[in-house]
Amino acid sequence: MAEVVLRDLVKTYAGATVRATDEVSLEVADGEFMVLLGPSGCGKTTLLRMVAGLELPDSGQIVIGDQDVTYLEPRRRNLSMVFQSYAVFPNKNVAENIGFGLRVRGTPAAEVRRKVEWAADLLQLSPYLDRYPAKLSGGQRQRVAVARAIVMDADVLLMDEPLSNLDALLRLSFRAELKKLVGELGTTTLYVTHDQVEALSLGDRVAVMREGRIAQCDAPTAVYDDPANEFVGGFLGSPPMNFLTGTVERDGSKLDLGGQSLAVPHALSTFAGRTLKLGVRPEAIEVAGGDGALQGELQVLEPLGSSALLTTEICGQPVKVQAPPTFRAEPGGSLSLRIPPEACRWYDPETSLLLEVR
Amino acid sequence: MSTETRPAEAAGRTLPPVDTAPLKRRRRQAAWVQAACIAVTLFMALPIVLIGLSAISSRDALAEFPKPFLPSEYSFETLLAFFEATGTIPALGNSVLVGVYTVFWSLVVGAPAGYALARHAFRGKNSYQVFILLVRALPIVVLSVPLATMFLRLDVYDTVFAVTLVHTTLALPTTVLITASIFVAVPTDLEEAAQVFGCTRWQAARKVVVPLALPGLAASSIFTFVLSWNEILGATVVTLSHRTLPAQVLTALDEASTAYRFAGGFALILPALVFIAVMRRYLVNMWGTTLR
Ligand SMILES: Nc1ncnc2c1ncn2[C@@H]1O[C@H](COP(=O)(O)OP(=O)(O)OP(=O)(O)O)[C@@H](O)[C@H]1O
Ligand SMILES: [Mg+2]
Repeated sequence: MAEVVLRDLVKTYAGATVRATDEVSLEVADGEFMVLLGPSGCGKTTLLRMVAGLELPDSGQIVIGDQDVTYLEPRRRNLSMVFQSYAVFPNKNVAENIGFGLRVRGTPAAEVRRKVEWAADLLQLSPYLDRYPAKLSGGQRQRVAVARAIVMDADVLLMDEPLSNLDALLRLSFRAELKKLVGELGTTTLYVTHDQVEALSLGDRVAVMREGRIAQCDAPTAVYDDPANEFVGGFLGSPPMNFLTGTVERDGSKLDLGGQSLAVPHALSTFAGRTLKLGVRPEAIEVAGGDGALQGELQVLEPLGSSALLTTEICGQPVKVQAPPTFRAEPGGSLSLRIPPEACRWYDPETSLLLEVR
Repeated sequence: MSTETRPAEAAGRTLPPVDTAPLKRRRRQAAWVQAACIAVTLFMALPIVLIGLSAISSRDALAEFPKPFLPSEYSFETLLAFFEATGTIPALGNSVLVGVYTVFWSLVVGAPAGYALARHAFRGKNSYQVFILLVRALPIVVLSVPLATMFLRLDVYDTVFAVTLVHTTLALPTTVLITASIFVAVPTDLEEAAQVFGCTRWQAARKVVVPLALPGLAASSIFTFVLSWNEILGATVVTLSHRTLPAQVLTALDEASTAYRFAGGFALILPALVFIAVMRRYLVNMWGTTLR
C-alpha cells in the first residue's frame, strides 16, 4: 500500500514537437482509486508508463510511498500493470501467465498455484488455465491480463483501459466486479479510460486530461456537476453540456441570447456589457415550463427508450434537451424551455474557466 | 412499412437454381495449384533421390545403359569405400564441427546486433544496415589469400577454428538482418510487461523474447549451417590437412570414379538434411497453434 505523488512531470517523445505530458502534478492517496480520463492522444498512457518506469520523464518527480522512483527500473517499483494491448505472453498458458510475476519473484510453487486459482476463479478463467492465449478471445485475454496484475499484491495497480475489449454486457458486469475487487484489495489504483461512464462509476476521483494537462481532478459528481472549464463540460456527459453565448445587459441582471434573455446571478454583474457563456446539462432543462421560459425551435426528436433526446435551437444556438421518454412533438414547432437557475454554470468566454457565483 | 415476414409467400417463391460454376472454377484453380506444387517439388527432390539411389547402386548397376529408375542391384560397397577412404570421416567431423560452431558464434554475435537494430533508434542505423552487407560484397577469392597469411602468422592456419572464423564472418550479415526482422516481430510491450512483473532486461529477453523468436532463430541457423556446409573456397584456402568434407570431396574428385562421386554427393547432402529435420521442430513451434 502506498500513496503516489506526481510532481510537474514533463515528457516530450523524441521527434515530437508538443509535450505528451505537460507539467502534470497529481496526488493519489493510499488506497484511492484514481481514474485518468481524456480523449485519445491526451497523454494518459504516457503518464501511466512513466509511473511504471517504462518511460523516463524529461523533468519532474515521481514518489511512491515516500520513496523517489523517478528513474528507478520498473521491477523495483513493486507495482503491477494491465497493458492497453494486454501483453499476455503467447508462449505461456493462462496459468503460467497469471503466475508469471510471482514465479519471477521466487514465490513457492504451492503459493503460486493457490493464488493463480484464486484469481482465475474470480475472473472466471478456471476452465481455460491450460490454454494458450492464441486460443482465447480478446475479452478472455484481457481478463488474463487483469488476473496477472491482481495476484501480485503490489503497492500500486496500473490499468490501461482494461475493459475496452469486452462487449457491452460483459463490461457492465465486469465494471462492478472490478470496483468490488479493487475495493477489497485496497490497492492504490491508477486507471486509464476514455469511457466517461466507466470513469464516473469507478473512480474515487477522476482526473480529466486534455493535451497533456490535467483539466480538472475531483470526485466524479463534482467533475460532472461543476465542470471547471468548458472542455470538461463538453467532454463529460452524453450528450455533453450545452453552451450558450450571450451579452450581459447594461444593468447586469440579464443575459441577452439574441432576442431572448435569462437572469444572471448578482455575483456576475461585473460582466455588464460583456459576453458571457452559460453551460447547462441537457437533463436539467425542463420542457414546457412556465415562468421565465425561453422559446426554442424543435428540430429533431430522437426516442432513446429511457428518454427522448431533443435537438432544439434557441436564438440560433443549438441546445440538446433530454425530455421524458413519453414526450412527443412535431419537429419545426416551438417549445418553451425552462433553465433552472441552480443548473446554470457560467463561464468566462476568454479563459473558458468556471466563474464562481456563490 | 411492415417488417413482418410472410412465410407463405417466401415458401411459394421459386428461387433461381444454384449456380455451381464459381465452385467448379475454384476446384479447377486448386487443382492447378496442386499440379504446380507437385512439379516444383519433383524438380527439387528428384536429383536428390537419383543421387541417393545411385549412391546405393552396385558398380555394375551404375554402368548399365539404359539406366532403369530403380537400380537393378543394390550395394553399399561404394558408400562404404567412400567412408573408409582416408580422410573422409575426419573431414565429415570437421564439417559438422565447423557448421555447429558457425551457427553458435553467428547467433551469439549476430542476434544481439539484430536485437539492437530492432529495438533501438540510433544515428547511422540505416547506413549500418547497408554497411553490414558489404562483407558479402568482397569476393572470398580476394579475401582468402590475406586471410591465409594472417592465419599462418597467428598460428591458427589449418584448424577448424580458422574455418569457423571465416564462415562466421560470412554468415554474420545475414544473421544480423534476419534476426533483426525476427525481433521486430516480437511486440515490445511483452518485454515491458515482463519487466514490470519483476524481470531484468536480460531475464525478459530470455523468458519472453527468445522463446517467441525461436522459429525465426531456427530458420536463421538452418541458413547459416547450410551456408557453412556448402562453402568450399574459403575452407580450402585456410586449411591443408584439416579439410571440411566438401573441400575434401572437391579435391579428391579429379581422380575419383563415378561411383565415388555419387557416394560423395550423397554424403554431402545427408547431414544438411538431418540438420534441417532437427531444426524443423522449432521452425513450426507456435504456441497453441502447432503447425503440422
Ligand atoms: N512512442 C511514442 N513516440 C512518439 N510519440 C508518441 C509515442 N507514444 C505516444 N506518443 C504521442 O504522445 C501523445 C500521447 O499519447 P498517449 O499514448 O499517452 O495517449 P493516450 O491518452 O493513451 O491515448 P489513447 O486513449 O488513444 O490510448 C500522442 O499525441 C501520441 O501521438
Ligand atoms: Mg492509451
